[in-house]
Amino acid sequence: MPYSSLMVNPMKEELTSIGFQELLTPEDVDAFMSEREGTALLVFNSVCGCAAGQARPGVHLALQNESRPDRLVTVFAGQDTEATKQARSYFEDIPPSSPSIALFKNSELVYFVPRHRIESRSAEEVAADLKSAFDRYFAAAPAS
Amino acid sequence: MGTFHQDKGDLHGITVVVDTVGHEVYIGRCDEMTEERILLHDVDVHRDGEDGRSKDDYVERAARFGIWKKLEQFAIPTEAIASVRRLGDL
Repeated sequence: MPYSSLMVNPMKEELTSIGFQELLTPEDVDAFMSEREGTALLVFNSVCGCAAGQARPGVHLALQNESRPDRLVTVFAGQDTEATKQARSYFEDIPPSSPSIALFKNSELVYFVPRHRIESRSAEEVAADLKSAFDRYFAAAPAS
Repeated sequence: MGTFHQDKGDLHGITVVVDTVGHEVYIGRCDEMTEERILLHDVDVHRDGEDGRSKDDYVERAARFGIWKKLEQFAIPTEAIASVRRLGDL
């Protein structure tokens, strides 16, 4: 059974207020995944305070990095269940966990942060991990 | 903002690797650890040598990608535990 909207809406707003687009249906997910060009960050948001309480501010901090993804999208695990299931279907070899964070470049999954690498870290540590990945995968190639 | 259960100890909600003195290693989300047992939720279990992987091999892969839940919950008695580590620290 999905969580109460009263409970999850503030957690959703932590991301939508900084520019994330919610993917609420499988069709939303497919439309996002069909865009082949560019870079993207997908956050599997969740209610878990032990981990998600660090994930959301960690993502916020990471997005202050110079190199950052073009598109920001999120699904809410345990709430928007069909959209979450559809998003996970695009990388079925990776065990599902939430919160978790996926980075895409030209629609290819290039980096994944599972729940266990969020739950025992501070927001600053989560941000540092993501910034490093942004620099590695999203930084523009130097002009030749 | 989130849900917290501070009364259940430092490992509550954390994904831990529980190695045993036997052939099994368990990985799951810790509910609570007492003098008698550790209770895990969403538990993966691997038996040494299963599918050609040692316990260490299995834990190494889990540290990179996560775990596939095999059991809703499982309690391991203290006398069977060799070590408890955070998966995120490996």
